[in-house]
Amino acid sequence: MAEFRMPSLGADMEAGTLVEWLVKPGDRVKRGDIVAVVETQKGAIEIEIFEAGKIEQILVGLNTNVPVGTPLARIQTEREEAAGTVATAPSPAAPVALSAAPPSILAPVAPPSPPAPPPAAVARRRVSPAARRLAGAQGIDLSIVTASGPAGAIIYADVERRLGGAVADAEKKRAPGLDLDAMRTAIAAAMARSKREIPHYYLEHQVDVTVSEQWLTQKNAVRPPDERLLIGALMVRSVALAARRFPAFNGFYRDGKFEPSRAVHVGVAIAIRGGGLAAPALHDADQIQLDELMTRMRDLVQRTRAGRIRSSEISDPTITVTSLGERGVETLYGIIYPPQVAILGFGKVVRRPWVIDGAIGPRSIVTMTLSADHRVSDGHAGALFLAEIGMLLQEPDKL
Amino acid sequence: MIQPATTEITYRDAMREAIRDAMRRDDRVFLMGEDVGHYGGCYGVSKGLLAEFGAERIRDTPLSESGFTGAGIGAAMAGMRPIVELMTVNFSLLALDQILNTAATLRHMSGNQFGVPLVIRMATGAGRQLAAQHSHSLEGWYAHIPGIKVLAPATVEDARGMLWTALQDPDPVLIFENVMLYNMTGTVAADAVPVDIARAAVRRAGRDISLITYGGSLWKTLEAAAVLAGENIHAEVIDLRSLRPLDDATIMASIARTRRAVIVDEGWRSGSLSAEIGMRIVEQAFWELDAPIGRVCSAEVPIPYARHLENAAIPQVPGIVATAKAVLGRA
Amino acid sequence: MNDLDIRKAVKEELNNIAPEIDLAAIDPAGDLREALDIDSMDFLNFISAIHHRLGVDIPELDYPKLVTLDGAVAYIAARLGSIRK
Repeated sequence: MAEFRMPSLGADMEAGTLVEWLVKPGDRVKRGDIVAVVETQKGAIEIEIFEAGKIEQILVGLNTNVPVGTPLARIQTEREEAAGTVATAPSPAAPVALSAAPPSILAPVAPPSPPAPPPAAVARRRVSPAARRLAGAQGIDLSIVTASGPAGAIIYADVERRLGGAVADAEKKRAPGLDLDAMRTAIAAAMARSKREIPHYYLEHQVDVTVSEQWLTQKNAVRPPDERLLIGALMVRSVALAARRFPAFNGFYRDGKFEPSRAVHVGVAIAIRGGGLAAPALHDADQIQLDELMTRMRDLVQRTRAGRIRSSEISDPTITVTSLGERGVETLYGIIYPPQVAILGFGKVVRRPWVIDGAIGPRSIVTMTLSADHRVSDGHAGALFLAEIGMLLQEPDKL
Repeated sequence: MIQPATTEITYRDAMREAIRDAMRRDDRVFLMGEDVGHYGGCYGVSKGLLAEFGAERIRDTPLSESGFTGAGIGAAMAGMRPIVELMTVNFSLLALDQILNTAATLRHMSGNQFGVPLVIRMATGAGRQLAAQHSHSLEGWYAHIPGIKVLAPATVEDARGMLWTALQDPDPVLIFENVMLYNMTGTVAADAVPVDIARAAVRRAGRDISLITYGGSLWKTLEAAAVLAGENIHAEVIDLRSLRPLDDATIMASIARTRRAVIVDEGWRSGSLSAEIGMRIVEQAFWELDAPIGRVCSAEVPIPYARHLENAAIPQVPGIVATAKAVLGRA
Repeated sequence: MNDLDIRKAVKEELNNIAPEIDLAAIDPAGDLREALDIDSMDFLNFISAIHHRLGVDIPELDYPKLVTLDGAVAYIAARLGSIRK
């Protein structure tokens, strides 16, 4: 018997709201299947399962906000099925306490004082029934509603207020999984933590990408729009290949030590109109060909902007790439997304006078930066890593 | 437009007018109880009626609640329309066997061959320094009993209008008159008509919290609502009027608007009518609630004689205000 | 297919890419990338969508001609005209 639990989609995530089940008891699942959609501060996330077998029982109903680690469903694994194991039903583990909430519901007022409510076995977010019903009906994530009720409870009016914001003109047409206010809160938490905890160092390097641009132009000239490449794909691919050779920039810094990652999952920073940002993973970006990478990047960008990111994409990035694109600026210095240890920034490609073979000529230049965690690597290694990326970026045939 | 003529009378007088009106309309109606004739009723409700209607129809009884309540039941079964007055709800317990085991059950026991169209009036509540054997509010107990109706007129209009409607009912109806209301004055139409005895009334509309009450506590609750309004809290005040059956629809509709409730009940808290109302709200309107339900009830002590202790023992305006604010998180 | 049809098609595809932008309010002669806050990936998706919908394969070299709404409509109209001939 295996349990499918509320995954942690980032160090700052405490709880998620289950908004959609894509399976029902009796359904067969295999590793990687999307089984549920969870609403978090990062938007609606499609949750994948990592066990193969049969869904035995759904443990958490729709629109329920539960802490990370809470069992959501029970699965009879294939091995158990083969062995004919009779599924026993252990009681689901009690959800962990989110916070210590004050025990009293009402201050004693009229004599005799109302008996104190029994101490809650599980401290949890207080949401009034009316607020819970309204939020459920309107698809409002309670984790992002500001509480104003007694004992810190979310009440009806709080959800209404939130709803008022959510139906503001721009929001009305936005993809349902996107809540920019919540996303802003998540970004704020992650970036504040990064700047508080991670001793960043910054390196900058300029690269002539004239040849790569010409290479792209030639390729794209004979390709239909669906198969065309963008220079962003070359950048991601270059970083992925370099990261494989420089493991000190690929992985997580957790509990006081660095855990390098064998796999290279490149987080791609994607801006969302109206002021949102997400950096979901392009899995195994070092293992796939450039065309495949481009296809997956397009899919990733579209899904992210439509509010449909998958759970593994949120939690897996081992290194991040950010590029402000053709309408951006020449240089940007990224802030590392914890618990990662490096982020690569690419400015816009600009035409600049450049010395080549002793002569000055117009070339296409891009400024790359590396922000890296000084607890894990030093400037020397960072410089070699950045130079390697620059080299790769200039040799598109090898990508 | 011609305004209908109104008269200002006391609750006591309104009740007397109701009895007089019923006696005139229907010669099957008669009043009996302790001291209702020559003395004019222990709270003066029936003063003057003996002279007007004679000893056949205004009957003084021995001090035996069980005896004369039983006589009233028999008369009702035999075709009369008796009004039995019990001095206070405390004394009504001596007639509880008649009320519960006989009046409330006969239609059932006789296979619908007999009904008991009887009205029993009695005083209830504290505030007159009559101590622990005359001051309790036990109407909630009667509201527990299937087979009877339990009314709590809180306004002069209801005091004037409920009796006739109650007399038309084919089954026993108990009318509880809070002792603090007898001297209260109010206006009723000169040609006052009977009123319904099935629905609760919204006595004050508001959007922030529902204060649910009845009888003598209505006026304290309205006063509390006025205090709350001064703090920009708009309380809705519901007068239950009928304690059995309860008008669930009016209560739940109010909760759906305000999402919060405080029940003000002069009965003791444990096992009380307020507990029943609270539970019905949880059963029927749980998803409308924004806060735990609050209650203001009497202290769980025999009602004391000393005025300051008596006042402290029963619901008062400051306690209602404080409970409402606590429910709103504004304490 | 006349210019109005093309304009409608272009607007619909742009709306798919940037659903929260009110296309009625944008300057038809202004830069779409600015007005809609779209990047090269969005723009490529727009080009792909036009290809699928209208059968017009727009080469990269011509991208600059499509950066305004008016420009895109005129360009597509011209290309459709030449296809028909």
